[in-house]
Amino acid sequence: MTGGPHPQRRAAATTAALRLFRKPSGWQLAAGLVAALVLVPLSVLLLAWLEPAWEIWRHLRQTLLSRLLLNSLMLVAGVGGGTLLLGVSLAWLTGACDFPGRRLLSWTLLLPLAMPTYVLAFVFLGLFDFSGPVQSQLRDWFGAGVRFPDIRSTAGVILVMSLALYPYVYLLARNAFQTQGKRGLEAAEILGCSPLGGFFRVVLPMARPWIAGGLTLALMETMADFGAVSIFNYDTFTTAIYKAWFGFFSLPAAAQLSSLLVVLVFVFIAVEQRMRSRMRFSQGRPTARAERIELRGWSRYLAAGYAFGVLLIAFLLPVLQLLFWTLDIFHEEFDSRYLQLLGHSLGLGLAAALLISAVALLLAYAGRRHRDRLTGLLVRVATLGYALPGTVLAVGIFIPLAGLDNLLIDGARHLFGLEIRPLLQGTIAVMLIAYLVRFMAAGYKPIDSAMHRVTDTIDEASRLMGLRGLQLLTRVHLPMLRGGIFTALTLVFVDVMKEMPITLMTRPFGWDTLAVKIFELTSEGEWERAALPALTLLLSGLIPIIVLMRNSEQ
Amino acid sequence: MTENIDVVLELADVSQAYDGQLVVRNLSLSLRQGEIGCLLGASGCGKTTVLRIIAGFEPVLCGTVRLKGVTVSSPGFSLPPARRKVGMVFQDYALFPHLTIFDNVGFGLRTLERAQRTPRIHQALELVGLFAEHGKYPHEISGGQQQRVALARALAPRPQLLLLDEPFSNLDVTLRERLSMEVRDILKENGTTALFVTHNQHEAFAVADRIGVMHNGEIQQWDSGHNLYHRPLNPRIAEFVGEGSLIRGVVKDRQRVETGLGLLQGRFNSAFPAGSPVKLLIRPEDILHTEDGPLSAEVLRRNFRGASVLYSLRLDSGDRIQALVPSHCQHQPGERIGIRPDVRELVMFPEH
Repeated sequence: MTGGPHPQRRAAATTAALRLFRKPSGWQLAAGLVAALVLVPLSVLLLAWLEPAWEIWRHLRQTLLSRLLLNSLMLVAGVGGGTLLLGVSLAWLTGACDFPGRRLLSWTLLLPLAMPTYVLAFVFLGLFDFSGPVQSQLRDWFGAGVRFPDIRSTAGVILVMSLALYPYVYLLARNAFQTQGKRGLEAAEILGCSPLGGFFRVVLPMARPWIAGGLTLALMETMADFGAVSIFNYDTFTTAIYKAWFGFFSLPAAAQLSSLLVVLVFVFIAVEQRMRSRMRFSQGRPTARAERIELRGWSRYLAAGYAFGVLLIAFLLPVLQLLFWTLDIFHEEFDSRYLQLLGHSLGLGLAAALLISAVALLLAYAGRRHRDRLTGLLVRVATLGYALPGTVLAVGIFIPLAGLDNLLIDGARHLFGLEIRPLLQGTIAVMLIAYLVRFMAAGYKPIDSAMHRVTDTIDEASRLMGLRGLQLLTRVHLPMLRGGIFTALTLVFVDVMKEMPITLMTRPFGWDTLAVKIFELTSEGEWERAALPALTLLLSGLIPIIVLMRNSEQ
Repeated sequence: MTENIDVVLELADVSQAYDGQLVVRNLSLSLRQGEIGCLLGASGCGKTTVLRIIAGFEPVLCGTVRLKGVTVSSPGFSLPPARRKVGMVFQDYALFPHLTIFDNVGFGLRTLERAQRTPRIHQALELVGLFAEHGKYPHEISGGQQQRVALARALAPRPQLLLLDEPFSNLDVTLRERLSMEVRDILKENGTTALFVTHNQHEAFAVADRIGVMHNGEIQQWDSGHNLYHRPLNPRIAEFVGEGSLIRGVVKDRQRVETGLGLLQGRFNSAFPAGSPVKLLIRPEDILHTEDGPLSAEVLRRNFRGASVLYSLRLDSGDRIQALVPSHCQHQPGERIGIRPDVRELVMFPEH
């Protein structure tokens, strides 16, 4: 025997290497297939430029394109500023300071995550519109001449989306501030900084990577958003894609617009990656106990008041308004049609959650079995779909599947003389595939991080204690992965329940869900009637937040 | 009383409380220019609070803190940390992860012109032997190097007083010993006045000129390491500093005491009337092992230390003592071995 410490492992590595040269394993093939699901829609969108729809395109360019670009940029800049301002300030107050109500506020400030942006959007319109309760009340008090800024404006969309999306920045930045405690500030102070100077020179820069991470998530959501902007009639690429397809009935034009949006998103990701690579530093060693800054005097109440105010406007008031509306219309809206919508949403969420978690598990095992570059790359590509806005994906998935259908129909006609109906178009399968691409990352991340805890030595220890094959899987792996799988199921389930554009654009004809119903009702200004489905989605959205909080408390 | 120009730090009757609980009680101490002081005590004894009071992070409830004769803390008044000209090495170093080593060290020198700043940074880095690493980020260097960067950062603005909070506790044992001696050399070479806190007496002995043993927010003895070991003021310090045990005894006259080790003669640490019962401190090196010794004791436990073995012994009187014996003598628990006491300084405390 040679002197190596792990002859078995080395032998295993050798056979693994041999296997790789022989042929790709089943794991790699599966990962490759999932990666292809991401790459195919992307290439389809780019290929759409081969036969541009000039007519529509010219019209778009003359009337719309510059406005779309300008609108998108204003939205991204505005929401970026808004989420930063709200997220960072709240995160610092609840993460590094102490004031009355801090504990309660620090988790309730996450609640707006449960609210889909389009729900907050229509509730805000309902609340602050000319005929809404706020303006009516103001007129009652101050007479008919009272002026109120128009909520249906660029500033209005930016406000709504900032209030809905700040929790992304808040969540990540709070973690950073929490581990930092007051130590960073103290170190700066003893080196001659004033407290304010220390905040800007040390406290903020130290949290920068986390803040940037949260901001990226928020801005990806902003660029992908379809529901809120269409409720506000604020034209962006996502609404233009929808209109091109369902208004002009031009799938090629929709595809070309989609490809432009994809380019925008990728430019954004590239910039973000570049900036991030320049500030890749860790928090240093975690301190034993990060002490908080005790706010004194009036500043404690100011902090508490500010945090509560944000919570009030972003969550409590909208929820109250939804409750009032729901009570008003409950007896006429709560019927078999509502139950059918609910059934569709639940069923779709559940099916997608199971499918995506299963595929995520497969990807995670593929990554564990093969630690080579190829597999790593395939897994990365397979989870890239979160960057693709739903409208884009709907187009990118629909085109190749429709093409496949046509091939099948032609083939059946020519080869067998049969007239068959389209097999894939307008089935739930299209939706599920699109969800699979879009929400793969949401399912993969928790399962993968659970998989990292199942180390090789765990396997070796189990083998030494006589566990083999299936036993290893059921008695060691599954119990260790259970938490991750559960999180994945929950996250995907809720994401799919709330999802609007993919469902709207690829659903079988007349097959509505709660989200689609909200879109239809709000596009006719029926805020009240949209309240019941919205409240339902809101309740389901609370589930992952509770899971998230339980995880972060541990 | 005349003001001593040489005194850099002076704490007079300082007290501080959290939630109605006194954590620092009537604490007084002073450090002269170039002196290195140490507060030694178990965790929770209030020693870190004292540092934070001196740095200006905590107010005082009563008493005053003076730096070079200027009052910086008194009840209701606290000069901001930034204006005290005090440097601090934090327990976790608190290096700024977003800045290079160079910028970390230069952080406290912002007010200087670039032409003066750069040489000062270089000088500080050279002092701790890390000039070559100046372009790296904190996470790219080892723990020992991070510690020295923290020291360089604190020294660069030339503080009138340097505070070190458990500076070696995050390092492994071998590195800890080497660095503690290095740090003393650096501070002495630089003429820095420093106060550090630790729970490790070896560090305290290695680095400090004067050590204060703290318990319950009080300094129980403020003295040199030698005196703490050989002339502890109370039984707690006797047992906390170094190894040793207290055995019962009865004072015979002004030089002799009757104990389980026989009649011992030597210099008393304080006067006791004849016939009074006392507790006598016996250090392990006070007991010699001789096969034909006048006394014998039963081996209870042995603790192999390489060059020597520390035996726990039971005397016929029932008292327990420890003996440090060269390791070539092998004895097992249960055996009886011959011993001879060799005690010169008789450190005794009244028996309560």
